[in-house]
Amino acid sequence: MSESAKPAPPAASGRASTKKELPEHFKAYKHVWVAVEIEHGHAHSVSFELLGEGRKLADRRGVELGAVVMGDDRSSLDAAAAQAFEYGADVVYLVCHPTLAHYRNEVATRVMTDLVNTYQPEILLLGATNLGRDLAGSVATTLLTGLTADCTELEIDEEGSLAATRPTFGGSLLCTIFTLNFRPQMATVRPRVLAMPEPIAARTGRIVEHAVNLDENDIVTKVLQFIADRDSDKAQLPYADIVVAGGLGLRSAENFSLVRELADVLGGEYGGSRPLVQKGWITADRQIGQTGKTIRPRLYIAAGISGAIQHRVGVEGADMIVAINSDPNAPIFEFAHLGIVADAITLLPALTEAFSKRLRVNRLAS
Amino acid sequence: MVNQTFDAIVVGAGPSGNAAAYTMAKNGLNVLQIERGEYAGSKNVQGAILYADALEKIIPDFREDAPLERHVIEQRMWTMDDRSHTGMHYRSEDFNEEKPNRYTILRAQFDKWFSSKVKEAGATVLCETTVTELVKDLEDKVIGVRTDRGGAPIMANVVILAEGVNGLVGERSGLRPVVSADSVALAVKEMHFLSRETIEARFNLSGNEGVVIEAMGTITKGMTGTGFLYTNEESISVGIGCIVSDFAQSDVTPYALLEAFKNHPSIKPLLAGSECKEYAAHLIPEGGYKAIPQLVGDGWIVVGDAGQFVNAVHREGSNLAMTTGRIAGETVTWLHRLREEASKANLAEYEKRLATTFVIKDLKKYRGIPALLHNNKQNFFGLYPRLISQAMQTWFRVDGIDKVSKEKEIFRSFRSTRTLFGMIGDAFRLVRAWR
Amino acid sequence: MHIVVCIKQVPDSAQIRVHPVHNTIMRQGVPTIINPYDLFALEEALRLRDRLGGEVTVLTMGPPTASESLRKALTFGADRAVLLTDRYFAGSDTLATSYALATALEKIAAEFGAPDIVFTGKQTIDGDTAQVGPGIAKRLNYNQLTYVARIAETDLAAGTITVERRAEGGTQVLLSRLPALITMLEATNEMRRGSIENALAAASAKVITWNATDIGVTDLTKCGLRGSPTIVKKVFAPGARSEKASFIEAEGGSDLLADAVISAIFARAPAVEADLLEFAATQY
Ligand SMILES: Cc1cc2nc3c(=O)[nH]c(=O)nc-3n(C[C@H](O)[C@H](O)[C@H](O)COP(=O)(O)OP(=O)(O)OC[C@H]3O[C@@H](n4cnc5c(N)ncnc54)[C@H](O)[C@@H]3O)c2cc1C
Ligand SMILES: Cc1cc2nc3c(=O)[nH]c(=O)nc-3n(C[C@H](O)[C@H](O)[C@H](O)COP(=O)(O)OP(=O)(O)OC[C@H]3O[C@@H](n4cnc5c(N)ncnc54)[C@H](O)[C@@H]3O)c2cc1C
Ligand SMILES: Nc1ncnc2c1ncn2[C@@H]1O[C@H](COP(=O)(O)O)[C@@H](O)[C@H]1O
Repeated sequence: MSESAKPAPPAASGRASTKKELPEHFKAYKHVWVAVEIEHGHAHSVSFELLGEGRKLADRRGVELGAVVMGDDRSSLDAAAAQAFEYGADVVYLVCHPTLAHYRNEVATRVMTDLVNTYQPEILLLGATNLGRDLAGSVATTLLTGLTADCTELEIDEEGSLAATRPTFGGSLLCTIFTLNFRPQMATVRPRVLAMPEPIAARTGRIVEHAVNLDENDIVTKVLQFIADRDSDKAQLPYADIVVAGGLGLRSAENFSLVRELADVLGGEYGGSRPLVQKGWITADRQIGQTGKTIRPRLYIAAGISGAIQHRVGVEGADMIVAINSDPNAPIFEFAHLGIVADAITLLPALTEAFSKRLRVNRLAS
Repeated sequence: MVNQTFDAIVVGAGPSGNAAAYTMAKNGLNVLQIERGEYAGSKNVQGAILYADALEKIIPDFREDAPLERHVIEQRMWTMDDRSHTGMHYRSEDFNEEKPNRYTILRAQFDKWFSSKVKEAGATVLCETTVTELVKDLEDKVIGVRTDRGGAPIMANVVILAEGVNGLVGERSGLRPVVSADSVALAVKEMHFLSRETIEARFNLSGNEGVVIEAMGTITKGMTGTGFLYTNEESISVGIGCIVSDFAQSDVTPYALLEAFKNHPSIKPLLAGSECKEYAAHLIPEGGYKAIPQLVGDGWIVVGDAGQFVNAVHREGSNLAMTTGRIAGETVTWLHRLREEASKANLAEYEKRLATTFVIKDLKKYRGIPALLHNNKQNFFGLYPRLISQAMQTWFRVDGIDKVSKEKEIFRSFRSTRTLFGMIGDAFRLVRAWR
Repeated sequence: MHIVVCIKQVPDSAQIRVHPVHNTIMRQGVPTIINPYDLFALEEALRLRDRLGGEVTVLTMGPPTASESLRKALTFGADRAVLLTDRYFAGSDTLATSYALATALEKIAAEFGAPDIVFTGKQTIDGDTAQVGPGIAKRLNYNQLTYVARIAETDLAAGTITVERRAEGGTQVLLSRLPALITMLEATNEMRRGSIENALAAASAKVITWNATDIGVTDLTKCGLRGSPTIVKKVFAPGARSEKASFIEAEGGSDLLADAVISAIFARAPAVEADLLEFAATQY
């Protein structure tokens, strides 16, 4: 191909077409879908968070909220479907097949693209978990549609398009991304970024059972084994109600035990900023922030953490952020609710002591 | 491939190493430059003044693509006590010339740019590699280097040590003495980001004009040192430095010193609303002429800060570094062309050439100052700035006291705190050191 | 065996600044690095090659300056570096990026031998989507193995590969076939230093540079901005919370301060207090 045959390159700034010009064949695409993530019989809670959000989007669009459940065990699929209804789904697309015993990209992609092509949703949401990210990329590429990964906010704009907001440039900025002219509009959201909705007990809906034509012999990749994390020390940070975390301000690995002790007294989890992982003071599963865990506790106590943007995005969902920092100008005070300008190394043990005293006294009183 | 012998190996990719490598590569020598940083400039403290002349002699049209921030049109010299400053400002439209004389630069970017020129000139540049030792032959002639990547040594006809003030290679190989704590300053500095418009309004600038503030006084808490503030395009470099041996005797940390400087009532409003994004510390050789070590030997030359080539009084360093680098490069090229070996006697040409430049002339001129300031630090960095400030205040405060009495009061305050004899002595010594 | 590693040059986001007034990224002077996650992929590839023989090709799509990252990969010991650069690729989202890279991989296969494994990092630190790897796999129809923590076995003769993959709540041991696309998990290995021989060779090595025409792109509407279904409409800085923290102070030492802090927490969040008491009831 010669240079002259090329069309002129697009202008350097802005996307080629930022106007909505939805091709005719996509106009039939309707409804908001959530892919319910099931591993080992249980639906991942991120799927319920997505259903809560999907409900709002569907209502704004005046369409149905669909949930996709797939697996090999009918009873657990039914259980997941029932939960999906309680969390807001109107309809559940249910695929039950022996090849779906474990998550495998190959099969899951086939099933999901088949469902999309058959029932034509306009929005498809997945959890930004290992499973969701593995599947979303394959599905979007197969369908040649746009996918906005790791969103922090979903919205419907005036024209009825999905406006997906996500951090960019290492979290320093946010951007709002649209998929105007392709369908479905796909997005993934990390666990704990969206609030968990209240389930409505006994709420039900329609089940659409979708038959698939799959043969284990055609499937290349085999699951030889699943080794569950039995390690009880694995942090459950995303779901903890109370999290105490430390940063470089603690100055040494030994001092980090002050964080753990306070977390213990409060029955919470402990975590830390990324440099602590890099220094080996804590394990990677305890890192909080953009490249670590997003948390949403009722109480978050941050000691000796400066509050860099990458940390901030992981903790902003906390109901109450208490920051201890010796520097009154530390950025963490920009988003903490309560601030204490103090030396964490002396205040943490004092807090541990005071908390345990109070809890004990109250216990005796009651 | 590693068995090849380079015409020259340059250790370090600061201004001096780049000047040397560029000069030689441009002249067709097979040059290897080794830098321990991730890239040239990555280890260098940001924000500095570039003196155009020294670079022009190496890359005449550098203004076309070098990353320059602002050209300096105004110089402010301040003596400060804790609440005031007394200033001498010089600003001239003449500095808005076609080829400005001084620029503010960000070293990380500037060094990277210079390094790209070195590569274009044909030198091989190896980053993230630290030279660990010099390889010598049986006659003690330097014939190559070893690096922290292990493997066979890399051979060269001459090694140019451009490793900066605390470069260890020369020291470890016994070519240079260990730099003494009273001939080197520790400077700490920060970059503060502010919008272009704010900087221009705050410093009375337009376009790419820039201001430099240099300050001394009680800001160094009685230690020998100075503070500075430069305007960059969208940031301000602010820093302070003191002689290392003074820090050692004082309980003030460099960081605390900088914090106090930034919070000085004369500095604080200049930084208001800015966002600090970088903190760095670096050593500056300040021993002057007397501290210059042996500069050449069999198979080696020292350039830049490694040779203590800094004029502390005028805050010049990179220009001396580039000039010594260039002259070393020219000397090696000259020997190469003559097919002469890089023996100590032949390389002495470098020293001869240097002696005719401003580098040696200036350093000689100021040779007495470092010791003078250091030995009288309580006066120069405490007493005198306070006295000057008091005098100014007495003079400018309108309070019904007649001017003759004011003059007497000023004179009295000077005399009562420092003996007339002592003060005259200091002035006399300062003039002598300066001469 | 032939292994290709896709690496991306990214701005070191630790050093990115947002313009305080215009809310735009100030790229000037921000150093670039190899996407840290890609180094785990590269090291794994080098180890496989060292063990089983063959070659490692590194591939990147980016501006001409991205060749710096490729050169660095050569320093570590990669055998060949390919830079894909063309203004038509500018503004690519994950779909367009995977298209360009997959097309380049076809050309690499034709010129230097079909890859047995294509590696990518888990995700980038600028795009941060973790989608480009799966996109490439789909386009090339390679078996997709994401979040691989360990390559347990590679049987070239049988064309099989066994990996441990990080899944939710555990590790999947997967048996798959080559060619495969692997996205490597972080912290699975440590990048080597690179010998002086490699470093010297890399300093003067030639980076193979291809544009869209070179790799045989026939439909330019699949590239760059045009080929990107996603549209970035707005970029903005995270808003500051309206009220800053209320500061708690107390005279007379840490104990009193600690007490004041607890009172403030309980006053603001009675639910936390209730929860804690409930928890305490089970403890003390
Ligand atoms: C791509 C990318 C992703 C990242 N992802 C994450 C992430 O997921 N999570 C994360 O946390 N970071 C992340 N970071 C790193 C982030 O940018 C910051 O560097 C990091 O959060 C800083 O950690 P810190 O607050 O512990 O340390 P520092 O920034 O060094 O702050 C230490 C703080 O402690 C205070 N202090 C010092 N002494 C005391 C004392 N005695 N008592 C009380 N306070 C004291 C100081 O005033 C200071 O504010 C990421 C960076 C990048 C580039
Ligand atoms: C805060 C501060 C402000 C200054 N302001 C000014 C100013 O405004 N104007 C001015 O002209 N001068 C200024 N100077 C002085 C100026 O920075 C120096 O004089 C100049 O950088 C010296 O250049 P150089 O090449 O000799 O050394 P350097 O710039 O120090 O470069 C040495 C290089 O060698 C590398 N290196 C060291 N050891 C090894 C090794 N073993 N193997 C491989 N590489 C190695 C280092 O990484 C470094 O890149 C300032 C200095 C400081 C600290
Ligand atoms: N422009 C690119 N060139 C080469 N590889 C890339 C590019 N963009 C992404 N990748 C690869 O795809 C992985 C995932 O990227 P991302 O989807 O942006 O998170 C990265 O770790 C790289 O290995």
